[in-house]
Amino acid sequence: MKARVPAVEGWFTMDEDQPHLLGNRCVTCGTVFFPRAETACRNPGCRGGDFEEAPLSRRGRVWSYTTNHYAPPPPFVAGDPFQPYTIAAVELAEEKMVVLGQLDGDPTRLRVGAEVELVLATLFEDDEHEHVVWKWRPL
Amino acid sequence: MEVETAVSGTEAAPQASGRGRVAVLGVGMHPWGKWGRSFVEYGLVAARAALDDAGLDWPDVQFVSGADTVRNGYPGYVAGSTFAQALGWQGAQVASSYSACASGATALGAARAQILAGLCDVALVVGADTTPRGFLAPTSGDRPDDPDWLRFRLLGATNPTYFALYARRRMELHGATDADFARVKVKNARHGMANPYARYRKEVTEEEVLASPLVADPLRLLEICATSDGGAAVVLSSLEFARRRTTGPVRVAGLSTVTPRFPNTVIEMPNFATDSAATVAPPESPFRDSIAEKAYQEAGVGPEDLSLAEVYDLSSALELDWYENIGLCKPGEAERLLHDGDTALGGRVPVNPSGGLSCFGEAVPAQALAQVCEVTWQLRGQAQGRQVQDAKVGLTVNQGLFGHGSCVILER
Repeated sequence: MKARVPAVEGWFTMDEDQPHLLGNRCVTCGTVFFPRAETACRNPGCRGGDFEEAPLSRRGRVWSYTTNHYAPPPPFVAGDPFQPYTIAAVELAEEKMVVLGQLDGDPTRLRVGAEVELVLATLFEDDEHEHVVWKWRPL
Repeated sequence: MEVETAVSGTEAAPQASGRGRVAVLGVGMHPWGKWGRSFVEYGLVAARAALDDAGLDWPDVQFVSGADTVRNGYPGYVAGSTFAQALGWQGAQVASSYSACASGATALGAARAQILAGLCDVALVVGADTTPRGFLAPTSGDRPDDPDWLRFRLLGATNPTYFALYARRRMELHGATDADFARVKVKNARHGMANPYARYRKEVTEEEVLASPLVADPLRLLEICATSDGGAAVVLSSLEFARRRTTGPVRVAGLSTVTPRFPNTVIEMPNFATDSAATVAPPESPFRDSIAEKAYQEAGVGPEDLSLAEVYDLSSALELDWYENIGLCKPGEAERLLHDGDTALGGRVPVNPSGGLSCFGEAVPAQALAQVCEVTWQLRGQAQGRQVQDAKVGLTVNQGLFGHGSCVILER
């Protein structure tokens, strides 16, 4: 069995049961950023530069979605044969933000407003590893 | 009043207006296509056409403003000097701008500022591109710190992905249908048939659009703009200079290159997420609305004054969003405008009489300038076969990757 490694370092927890996206929160004004704000708080009314880790809500509602029927160019790693995949934009109520992710599940019954939950799923495999990314799974 | 507004910080900036003080003296284009030649050649052809149109010689130009291309190596990053050298060094001052799809407007803004400041009388603005086949891809190499690279790697979020998210949202929010989107394409295809600079000049039917392959559901191949080679150029001058050479020149009434305001709550290419609106309330106008608002404010006109508009129809569905963003109608009413024929040639306010990106495909740094060329021809009554009757005021609008607004209002 291949080792499962994150396809990007530090963007989400590798907790297979209850994964969270990892943003950060400005300790001065409380604004949350995902991906993490690196250098300074991006709220123009705030001069903060210190952040704490902020795991994002695991559930949200679909803002919109689409299925791609053509293989994207690299650095996307497309399967052979290419399989269409769905991307969902998901609204997180507490953070009041919309976060993209691939859909893990059947897109045919998806609707704007549908509830989804964050899961970890394989993005692509190479000889040694399964590269893992976050996806949204319909509830 | 001054004291009160100064407290709120962002409102304190002086509302200077350049309305009407800069003229569009000449415009020129190289036809759009997939020619496979150097972008420098397209820019050169367009620049010479614009100079001829202005009745000027290249040595008359005092400032060259290039819109960069990022797909053609170093010469593309310094487009202003690349075009200046191609035309023959003559000592003009130079600048080069990059702001993705908005690059042409940014370069135009730089040239206009020189003229408004009295630093020069005549400026040449040029943008041109040579594009690869297929999807626009991020710059190659392993770049895990670049969101444009990561969105392809982690999500497979192509440009059409974002257009499709807006289209699907429009369907669910406003009841838009596949047929509505197809009709936008049909309209623009008809408009572009008479445009000698358009790449696609063929009528298409609603059935043909709906039979074309799905790219990013609900958008189909014929509804998503292609990538093209092309070049466009604009000669700007002070109004006094223009009046010595011509009567009733087209004038720049307003020009906007605004960035978004925090928090930006619409998911934008190439981002993974929106800003959070949990601590700061969203601005009154979403980013896309604010682009035209700034130009209207400077020009002292409103949407009701427009004779025509050239909007950035990266997808057929996105054109409908733009109707609302530039104030032609309220949110949710764009489909009615389309059905009533308001935005077709002969209607109340024709949109994309050039045929739009639908007939051109996108040549990134040239596209905002191509929009300005078209509006100029329309205002002069020179848009043969696609002329908007008695055109007085025209607007161009687009949006570039990473938060670049672009809107130009021209009047005659």
